[in-house]
Amino acid sequence: MSSTRKPPRWQIHLPLGLYLLFTLIPFYWILLFALRPTGSTSLVPWPLTFEHFDKVWTERSFATFFQNSVLVGVASMVMTTLVALAGGYALARFDFRIKRGFMLALLCSQFIPGALMLVPLFQIFAELQMINSLGSVIVAETVFQLPLSMILLSGFIKNVPYALEEAAWVDGCGRFRAFLAIVLPMLRPGLIAVGSFAFVHSWNHFLFALMFLSDQGKQTIPVGLATLMGADSVDLGALAAGGVVAAVPVVIVFAFIQKWLVTGFSAGAVKG
Amino acid sequence: MAHAAAVAKPPPHGTAKAPPPPPRKRRGNGASPRRLPYLLIAPAALLMLGFIAYPVVSVFYYSLRHYNPTKPWRNGFAGLDNFVTAFTDDPDFWRTLGFSFQWVAVEVVLQLLLGLALALLVNQTFVGRAMARALVFSPWAVSGVLTSTIWLLIFNSQTGITRYLADAGIGSYGTSWLSDTGTVFPAVVVAELWRGVPFFAILILADLQSVSKDLYEAAEVDGASRVRQFLHITLPHLKDAIILSTLLRAVWEFNNVDLLYTLTGGGPAGETTTLPLRIASIAVDSHDFGYASALTAVAFVILLFCSLLYLRLSKFGGQDK
Repeated sequence: MSSTRKPPRWQIHLPLGLYLLFTLIPFYWILLFALRPTGSTSLVPWPLTFEHFDKVWTERSFATFFQNSVLVGVASMVMTTLVALAGGYALARFDFRIKRGFMLALLCSQFIPGALMLVPLFQIFAELQMINSLGSVIVAETVFQLPLSMILLSGFIKNVPYALEEAAWVDGCGRFRAFLAIVLPMLRPGLIAVGSFAFVHSWNHFLFALMFLSDQGKQTIPVGLATLMGADSVDLGALAAGGVVAAVPVVIVFAFIQKWLVTGFSAGAVKG
Repeated sequence: MAHAAAVAKPPPHGTAKAPPPPPRKRRGNGASPRRLPYLLIAPAALLMLGFIAYPVVSVFYYSLRHYNPTKPWRNGFAGLDNFVTAFTDDPDFWRTLGFSFQWVAVEVVLQLLLGLALALLVNQTFVGRAMARALVFSPWAVSGVLTSTIWLLIFNSQTGITRYLADAGIGSYGTSWLSDTGTVFPAVVVAELWRGVPFFAILILADLQSVSKDLYEAAEVDGASRVRQFLHITLPHLKDAIILSTLLRAVWEFNNVDLLYTLTGGGPAGETTTLPLRIASIAVDSHDFGYASALTAVAFVILLFCSLLYLRLSKFGGQDK
């Protein structure tokens, strides 16, 4: 907690204000480019125009990218949360022979770079006939988020007193029903934190979609953005508008989970 | 004095006793308690075996082969050829490896320092704290590609910030920080800092909140200065969080492809190409999967070695709870 003797107020406000500028100017900058007409150099988005949004949404097929991204984000969020919930429960509540080894594997997998595994992953998905289907990206995103999500969730589950569950068994609940009735409701902040991490992460992730999906109609928003950047003469207005479209869902999710974020991490992630 | 307070460090938050073992025999719960944990971890374990463990093994397998779908006549066992090529005959390998280390070191150190400062700031009580936290943490949610988009607009030579700076008499028109070898590195570092600092700040803040207030009060009574309180109470408490987040972030920055790929494409003149970027381009552009796998294997070993070294040096998990 904060130390008892408080620093003078300007010692907080000045550095924080400077850092806020550093954080917010880039956000302002992209909004500015997205909302002012092409060719304008005004530092306020006036006259306001939505032409760039029109353009990326229809001409640049961001409507399709958006749909694909939502699908990938939601599907990998659900899969990650369910699989990690089962695994996290086992880690939190049982002692079993391979537990230490499994925990070690979870930790080690954090050091294994998704980027460096593209070649074999590509081959696996080719073998499974999943190249060019969103399924490949959903699976890959899920797998790479599992370890951290599981560590986080097991931390949350440990924080739910075991005695509560035992009491429910005594009352005649099965383990599963006790879990649903007792643990799950208390896990809500943890589930929201883990689920949103998963959503934000797969919404943002670029590499798997870039590599496994060649069909333009299958692409996700980050790849769509990269394509806009790669164009010979970059249409800055369209690029900015595309960026705003990419940002909106994560900003909303973030605003929603922000207060759980910090508690989410202190509940278990950092402690491993 | 302050030292005494530091010694009285409470057990770290969250390490409470292990949960009691589940009761022996419970009837009517489906799977027996003995098999249940295995059943529960099975989906995760299978996914990780198939899509993490197997790929890792196959990287090492392919690193020992010539494997290029566009040149099938060369395919076959290569022994250590790929590695020999990398170490003796590929200056780009050394250059991109060197840049990777430079990139990781600069990013992680700056992110840690700024993140720590930021966490300490927003841990104070002041009006509007919740709002301030939400705002300064927000870039955390932004992707590498989106970060590139934003900073591309900022660094753009025609309409970027240089234009407005030049209007104000600072610098000259038409400078593109991203295409000048002298400025490209600071430019990409700043772009990545923008979104990396909140990561550290969030993790550190999470840990800061579990420091017992009593310690500070005791230190206060003993007349310890704020600096000493920070050095003897706060910092030791944060140690594990700092170690883990630094390590995760270092690995992450090493492998970070999104930002550099989209912001500079590794340029100008290969100036900002990291090893993973080069691996991707070897695999994708020249389809030389064997060689790409060999470089991947080298990167694995380096990461593993550095991680272990870091954990050892920092004595992380020494008590092995």
